[in-house]
Formats: sequence, structure tokens, C-alpha cells
Amino acid sequence: MIVSVASGKGGTGKTTVATSLAMVLADRAQLIDCDVEEPNCHVLMKPVITSSESVGLPVPVVDSQKCTVCGTCGEVCRFSAILPIGKQVLTFPELCHGCGGCSLLCPEKAITEQPRVLGVIETGKCGPVQFVHGLLKIGEAMSPPLIRAVKAKINPERIAILDAPPGASCPVINTVTGSDYIIMVTEPTPFGFHDLKIAVEAVRELGIPLGVVINRAGVGDESVQEYCREEGMPILAEIPHDRRIAEGYARGNVLVATAPEYRKIFGDMIARIGDVVASREPVRREARL
Amino acid sequence: MKELVIISGKGGTGKTTITAAFACLAREKVLADCDVDAADLHILVHPEVFSEEEFRGGCVALIDQEKCIRCGLCRDACRFGAISDDFVVHPTACEGCAVCFHVCPESAVALEEPLNGRWFISETRFGPMVHAALVPGAENSGKLVALVRNQARVLAKQRGKSLILVDGAPGVGCPVISSITGADHVVIVTEPTLSGLHDLERAVQLVKGFGIPASVILNKADIQPEVADRIEGFAREAGTELVGRILYDEEVIRAMVSKRSIVEQGDSVASRCIRASWDRLSEAALQ
Repeated sequence: MIVSVASGKGGTGKTTVATSLAMVLADRAQLIDCDVEEPNCHVLMKPVITSSESVGLPVPVVDSQKCTVCGTCGEVCRFSAILPIGKQVLTFPELCHGCGGCSLLCPEKAITEQPRVLGVIETGKCGPVQFVHGLLKIGEAMSPPLIRAVKAKINPERIAILDAPPGASCPVINTVTGSDYIIMVTEPTPFGFHDLKIAVEAVRELGIPLGVVINRAGVGDESVQEYCREEGMPILAEIPHDRRIAEGYARGNVLVATAPEYRKIFGDMIARIGDVVASREPVRREARL
Repeated sequence: MKELVIISGKGGTGKTTITAAFACLAREKVLADCDVDAADLHILVHPEVFSEEEFRGGCVALIDQEKCIRCGLCRDACRFGAISDDFVVHPTACEGCAVCFHVCPESAVALEEPLNGRWFISETRFGPMVHAALVPGAENSGKLVALVRNQARVLAKQRGKSLILVDGAPGVGCPVISSITGADHVVIVTEPTLSGLHDLERAVQLVKGFGIPASVILNKADIQPEVADRIEGFAREAGTELVGRILYDEEVIRAMVSKRSIVEQGDSVASRCIRASWDRLSEAALQ
């Protein structure tokens, strides 16, 4: 089972929820941090990293001996990453999306590909929990290919908990696609409410069941609760605003370590999610056939 | 004309709250909200839109089922797994590279330019504003950010404004890079948590890589004194001036709930801290 933890607005408590679920699941969990721009799970989980590999995107290299500067590559490329100018072809690897169109369609077979490093993937363990995260190279704009490479590490033998990046654009979609369930973490404020609506809309067409965790409950207003009622989205948990929890997080402690009484809440949450996913299994099997 | 961009690395540290407060304090400026996939500044500044345009930033493939002979060439060539077993393109997985369009022997693939978002020019009580809304789940946020910044520059020139105040996106990827490229000064808002410190380090590295002068604002500065000290130490060593320490104040959320800037909410601890930060930042960045 794959469970994504997403949010719309940043800083609402995605990592708090993801790490707590992983801790409670223990040897049944694989925690995967897909927020490759600013991953934080390792700050709280302090994993022992056992392997590290760089992730590259295939970008074109032009063999000037074979190239006739016919211009096909420049016409094919939608990202302005390869450009015939005068008697040579220039490449702009940082703009390349790695689609392979130029090398595939070059009539002279003059284009090969070599990887351009986007970042690294580190894997390891935090006690019984298996751990994976990606780190986007600083200055690198293209996070989706790295997110997809991180997700290729999903272990089907375990319950994979995916910590998603904030927002509602392509990095989030790349993370949650293929999940069995999405937990949306929000806070009951106008910003939290607004960004929750956008995030729900962004993932809606994927048809994945959703539940909401309200963090810092009690600080703002009731609009998030009303919205969940109207949309028929279950509220999986409400975590009240509590200075002790905030302090624990600030020091880099997982919520269920700071406040062990939450272990049951997260245990119940994952059981409830398991039931929803199991009840949908016949539907999913049919959809696959 | 100066362009001042407010980013954070970590989300939820208070970028938009601080941008809205600065909008209240700064004179002769244009506002630009470049957090296009989860824009929130409009909630506090209530823009009255007078110009609205569509944004189409890329393409998505569409297979004509009548023409398709199910040869499978497109599926073999697609590196994004965007074409299903029954030859339907998943729009969310499609990268818009058009390789399928080129390899199809039956010309069964069409390229469509979907609506990726909208952008707006508005009036607010703090002055003119350029903002945008990416269609939820859409791509090309970096292009839309660049468009918003360009329009803000045009507007600033037209109206004779000397400052563009930009609310950026969280993270260090595409929309953030697009928000800061070529800016005059970047402010990084952080909080005294270990995650905040970690994300600040990456954000500072990014901004320095672009050679842009940066300042740091520590929000909720008193919630964890030890980590706050570490962040101040880091900012000093990195050569980024800590221009403000904003103390934790529940009035900030009350102001957000009443949908106005903390500075407009009347006198409060946070409001005083933000005024002091603005004074110091103006000296550091706008002189």
C-alpha cells in the first residue's frame, strides 16, 4: 500500500504526519521523502544512510563529425534545449527534459545521450523503518525526474509513506500519482483552507481517496471543517495547537516521541486507511483489466 | 527600480504574512505574487482585478482513436509513461515533448495547448499588483512566474514606482529559481526549528549561487532559543545579514482570520518587530 502525505500550503505538518505514521508502523513501514527541494524527514528521523546514488537525466551530445546541421533536432525540441546556429548545433542541458526526441529523430544518428546529474538518492534505515529520500542539486530546477527516481525505490512488501512537496503543481502530481490514499494535512486558517482546496482540486482527477488531518486545531476558524463536511472528506485527526509539540518539532523530534499518546491516533489512522484501500481493491482490479 | 523577493526554503514560515506587512510599510511599489501554485497574498490584500489574461505554457498530446492503428511506436518512445495500454494519453503524466507526435506513422497525434493558468493586474489598497493562478496540478509554473515578474516590471515603469515587492514560492526548484533570477535582493524567512535551519542552508546556497545579496528574517524567533542561536550563527557565517527577529504572537493568526495585514491590525508585538525589520531591510537593500 502507498500512502502520500500532501498539503497545498507549506509548513502545515506533512513531515510530522509522515514520520509519525512511519514510527508507528515500524518494521511494516518504508518512509520516502519526495520533497526533494527541501527534504526534512531525515532531520526528524536521523536515518543511518547505507547507500547513495546520483540521479541523472539523459541530455544530448552532438557528434560534429556526423552532424549535417539539418535542423531537425531544433524543430523537434519543445524546450529550446538544442539549437542549430550557423554551422554548429548548440545544446542547453539545463533546459532539456530528457525526452530523447532529438537523438531518436536525428537522420544522421549524430546525437547520443549522457546523464546530467540532478541530485542524489540516499537509502538507509531508522531503526526498523526503511528510509529513502532525494536531494535536488542546488540550482537545479527540474525536480520531477528525481521524484520519479525516488519513487522507483518503493518496496511493495512494505507500507510506503510518501512525504510530498508543498504546493499543487507538477512535483506534487508526480509524487501522489500511483498512491492508494492521500492524506492532506492543513491548518484551520484562511491560507490553510485556500491551499487545501487547490491541492484537493489538483489531485481530484487522479481518483485517489482522500482524508484530511487538521494540524494546530483551534488556532483559526472553522472553514476547513465545514469544507470537509461539504465535500464528504473524512477528517482523520485533529492535532491541537500545543507548545510542547511545537518545541519537540523545533528540536527535531518526531511527534509520537514527544507525545506518545498520539501513537494510538496514528495507529487507528493507518488501520482506517487500510480498510478504505482494501474496500476499493475489487474496483481497482476491474479498472486494470 | 529595485526588485525585492521574499522566499523561505521551508514552507509555512511566514513569507506571505511578512510580504503583506511590507506591502503596507513600503512606499511607491508594485506587488507581485510569484507563489503561483498556492498563491495566498490576495487573501490579505483583496485585489480588484482590472485585467485578466490566459496563460498557456506548454502542450499535451492527444491521440485520435479513429486514426490510431495501435502500432505501439508512441508508447515505446514515450519516456514519461504517459500513454496507456489502450493508447490514451494521461494529461498529468504527459511532459509535452511531442515525441509521440513525431514518431506516429499515421499522424494520429495532435498537440493541444491547454490552459495552464491565468494572470491578473489588479489594484489594491497598497498599490498595483500582478498575480496569477496556475491551474491546479498544471506544469510550467516557472514560466508563469517569469511572466508575472515581467508584467510587474512593465507596470512599475508605467506607474513610476521604484520598488517591486515579490512574494516567492517555497522550496529551491523551478518556481523559486524563476522568482529570484536577476533580482536585486532576496529576503529568506525562516523559523527556529531544525527543519527551518536545514532549509535555510539550502536556500542561502541557492541565492549565493546566483550572486544575489540576501538577508534573513527569523520568524517566531522565541519559540526555541537554542535553534534560534544556531540560525543566527549560520546567518552570520554565511554573510547574510539577519535583518529581523519577529517574536511569536497569536495576533498574527487573528489578523489572517480577519484577512488583513498584521500591521493594519493595530499595535502588537509582531507588528513592532516587522516594522523594525522593514527599517533595517530598507537600509540594507534599498539605499
